[in-house]
Amino acid sequence: FPGLADVSISQDIPVEGEITVPVGSHSPDEDYSTLDEPVRDTIMRDLKAVGKKFVHVMYPRKSSTLLRDWDLWGPLVLCVSLALMLQGGSADSKDDGGPQFAEVFVIIWFGAVVITLNSKLLGGTISFFQSLCVLGYCVLPLTVAMLVCRLVLLVGTGTISFIIRLLVVVAMFGWSTLASTAFLADSQPPNRKALVVYPIFLFYFVISWMILTFTPQ
Amino acid sequence: FAEFDDAANLLAANPDATTISIDEPVEIPKNQHSRLQEPGREEDDELLGTDDSDKTELLAGQKKSAPFWTFEYYQTFFDVDTYQVLDRIKGSVFPVPGKNFVRLYIRSNPDLYGPFWICATLVFTIAVSGNLSNFFIHLGKPTYHYVPEFRKVSIAATTIYAYAWLVPLALWGFLVWRNSKVMNIVSYSFLEIVCVYGYSLFIYIPTAILWIIPQKVVRWVLVVFSLCLSGSVLVMTFWPAVRDDNRRIALATVGTILLLHALLAVGCLAYFFDAPELDFPAPIIPAHNGTTVTTKSR
Repeated sequence: FPGLADVSISQDIPVEGEITVPVGSHSPDEDYSTLDEPVRDTIMRDLKAVGKKFVHVMYPRKSSTLLRDWDLWGPLVLCVSLALMLQGGSADSKDDGGPQFAEVFVIIWFGAVVITLNSKLLGGTISFFQSLCVLGYCVLPLTVAMLVCRLVLLVGTGTISFIIRLLVVVAMFGWSTLASTAFLADSQPPNRKALVVYPIFLFYFVISWMILTFTPQ
Repeated sequence: FAEFDDAANLLAANPDATTISIDEPVEIPKNQHSRLQEPGREEDDELLGTDDSDKTELLAGQKKSAPFWTFEYYQTFFDVDTYQVLDRIKGSVFPVPGKNFVRLYIRSNPDLYGPFWICATLVFTIAVSGNLSNFFIHLGKPTYHYVPEFRKVSIAATTIYAYAWLVPLALWGFLVWRNSKVMNIVSYSFLEIVCVYGYSLFIYIPTAILWIIPQKVVRWVLVVFSLCLSGSVLVMTFWPAVRDDNRRIALATVGTILLLHALLAVGCLAYFFDAPELDFPAPIIPAHNGTTVTTKSR
């Protein structure tokens, strides 16, 4: 570089210092290693995180806690309990009954993956697992609806019980869709919001249909 | 002259870009989206209505420049806005006689969003409507016990997705083969054919919902009506592509397209929707050994 030949480093600029980057305080009692804490603390911390996210779903506000610290424990618990509660449906032959455990599981997880891919392909800025986390947690109102439906079916199976179940499922379906839209809509480009919201609507509609058409033995 | 402003911004951002400072407009670097030119181009096409096949071919080549193993490559197939998807759906439901669906709406921007989600909606609509219609038909009978019939969802999904993807594949292969023998003016890419088929299935969604009505006449009128609409979209798209070929082959191709489309509609109606029972009670036929046999007319 011919232009730099006449540039020389002045002697009073110090060219010394520490190479190592400080990683935080060095005192051993402020060590944040979680290896030595009791198992109860570890479990309680994760349980509290999951519980906080459940509360965020039931009262959706624009907070970013669900998005920032994603985890898939909640969706797994919800999906398994929903699939278990959908068992025991009546069937004359194997082909006519309600969805099997594996079918519910696959529909929920595969559906969530497809919706996430769809939103990313349309230009969304949310990450893959964050979107899975939100979609999984927003199944909570529908799981509550399933629980209520099973309790109502224990009491009776007539028209009144059907109307109660219909109202509960419709209300929870609306709640799920609104909750997940509230969390996911901001990360989409503005002229494609409807394109992203519609598959979410279809996803929760299918789950609601499975819940509503559950008939016991 | 928005292009010059954008070019100036580009130059400021990327000083290494090669520029040609003559009277021609500045060269846009490869990774710049071709969307800059699209608004003006679309207006010209509305006014002139001419076949801009060479320009569209150029732009198609310019857009999909990402290698196929990157995510950006697949993002080019989802490069549609809400109003574009709604326009395409409207174009498939209200076909304008004489206007080609692909030329008018797709315009070298085929998307996979429409075909995929229309097929998904159709699968669940047929399954749910079939289940509901069977429920209403058999409602009063004492021996009837409601079943959700969930297995039919997988059957519906297999059928509809196979139709929406394998038939375009076969048609595209056939058109490419004929193109090598006879020079056709109009030729479609595989994605454009998938797009046309996907959007043409949209009319079956409200049809499936209306099939809940348990009247044979109503159902068949709906079949004919929806077949006319979506069939006309397909015919008007593919007739220009086979028109220059041997007359019999052209007619056979269009006939096969329509036949498969009709088979799909009729097949879905027959399999997912039970036939509505007749209203009068079934006649009782006394058998020879004294026991009575009732026949149910299905």
